[in-house]
Amino acid sequence: MITILLGVLEEGLVYAIMALGVYITYKILDFPDLSVDSTFPMGAAITAVSIIGGMSPVLTLPLTFLAGALAGCATGLIHVKLKVRDLLSGIIVMTALYSINLRIAGKANLPIFSQQTIFDNDFLNGLLPDSCKPYAVLLVLIVIVLICKILLDLYLKTRSGYLLRAAGDNETLVTSLAKDKGTVKILGLAIANGFAALAGSIYCQQKGFFEISMGTGTIVIGLANVIIGTQLFKRVSFVKATTAVIIGSIIYKACVSIALSLDVIHIGRVTITLPVTASDLKLVTSILFLIILTVGNRKGKRGKAHA
Amino acid sequence: MLELRHIEKYYNAGTVNEMCLFDDFNLTIQDHQFVSVVGSNGSGKTSMLNLICGSIPLDGGRILMNGRDITGLPEYKRQRSIGRVYQNPAMGTCPNMTILENMSLADNKGKPFHLLPGTNRQRIDSYRESLKKLGLGLEDKLEVKAGVLSGGQRQAMALLMATMTPIEFLILDEHTAALDPKTAETIMILTDQVVKEKNLTTIMVTHNLRYAVEYGDRLLMMHQGHAVIDQAGQEKASVNIDDILKKFNEISIECGN
Repeated sequence: MITILLGVLEEGLVYAIMALGVYITYKILDFPDLSVDSTFPMGAAITAVSIIGGMSPVLTLPLTFLAGALAGCATGLIHVKLKVRDLLSGIIVMTALYSINLRIAGKANLPIFSQQTIFDNDFLNGLLPDSCKPYAVLLVLIVIVLICKILLDLYLKTRSGYLLRAAGDNETLVTSLAKDKGTVKILGLAIANGFAALAGSIYCQQKGFFEISMGTGTIVIGLANVIIGTQLFKRVSFVKATTAVIIGSIIYKACVSIALSLDVIHIGRVTITLPVTASDLKLVTSILFLIILTVGNRKGKRGKAHA
Repeated sequence: MLELRHIEKYYNAGTVNEMCLFDDFNLTIQDHQFVSVVGSNGSGKTSMLNLICGSIPLDGGRILMNGRDITGLPEYKRQRSIGRVYQNPAMGTCPNMTILENMSLADNKGKPFHLLPGTNRQRIDSYRESLKKLGLGLEDKLEVKAGVLSGGQRQAMALLMATMTPIEFLILDEHTAALDPKTAETIMILTDQVVKEKNLTTIMVTHNLRYAVEYGDRLLMMHQGHAVIDQAGQEKASVNIDDILKKFNEISIECGN
């Protein structure tokens, strides 16, 4: 039980970092950015190669963030300068990055077992008492997620952050403020994909490998996390949106775990046997996302009818 | 000074629906002039504002601002010296940001948007002061999101935000059209105060002939891409609403309205 709970928390927190990025594109900028599906594994590829090459695991974190930000800039530039539709810009970068990721890693699967990572290194092993060892991953993750969250919160309160929020809220006003709304969008996409690549790096270090298809469905997970979080805490004003997104991520991961562990469902006297296996993960991910979207829509409508 | 020289603008160019809106349209607006623009729908009032602001491309001619050619300048760069208030009150504020955040945004116009705090705490009192002048009680709602305000309140804020930083030109695009008569009156009085206080060169498009006669020191009536009435100074002061209405009916009949 503890192991399952730890697993849920750990994976939920890793995806929470990516979801913070999706929060920027989807909630703030209203931009459905599919490039995260490839920037996530890109972070993993860069991390695997760098760590094998002897780079400090901690340094891979800012490095992957920067690389992700560059990819985000590409999506933004395609959308803003070449005037390609938002969804298509993301798809173009997502597809192109698939090949680039293969080039970075050199092959489709790159293990980094027995290498030093941010979760397993001499410094950390010396610092933590033995009794805390099973929680090392969780502790490190909590620290990283908190740093990401606080930095994003602080950023959204700067002038630049205000402008980013304004761009999603009312584009006309950004122009009225004598600022180029295109630049603001590119900046937002850069930050979002930076978070996605960072999450990929951490995922790689936690699981111990890079795998080319590990990013498939990242955007679905990200959107689900953001929507659960923001819907759940819509009326609770003291919970910041970033906190809501992180909690949403953990809840979503828990739902997926529960769904995957179901093998027998009892509805009244009817018993349904579900041969769900780990390979059904993406199917479960999508169905749960669909349910969340539908429930979210219903709630939205009811809210409006009352208002 | 704002100069429009030999302006040409076509809609649907190259198709069977091609329509020529402006053909050699010229207009010079002197510094500190307050121009009221009236005219029927499709007469080119809003298109003229959009051309000045760079929201739509020009097909020919040049636009000069204080002698500088701004024809090729993108919309956002022109806005450095322009403040614009739209017909739709939602266009002037960010609905999901608080009143304080909106005011801070407007206050930072023309400054770099970097990593300094978005809201300068020392300016809050001054924001409160200017909101108080609106007389709408907004000074006590700094933490309220702009999206929950009424249209009139939002338009008053939009006007305040558009004119907060030093600008030279104020563009009012039927900014009272979506408001109830009482609120429209309030906004109009506010507008006049701001224009006088800041000595702005103003172009106001309106469908309200009375506002056009009462406010401003120059009156333009647009019709099919031309100014059929253009009166300034003494001439404008002696104009009364019946003359304008008569002329307006003439051109409307011509259009078949």
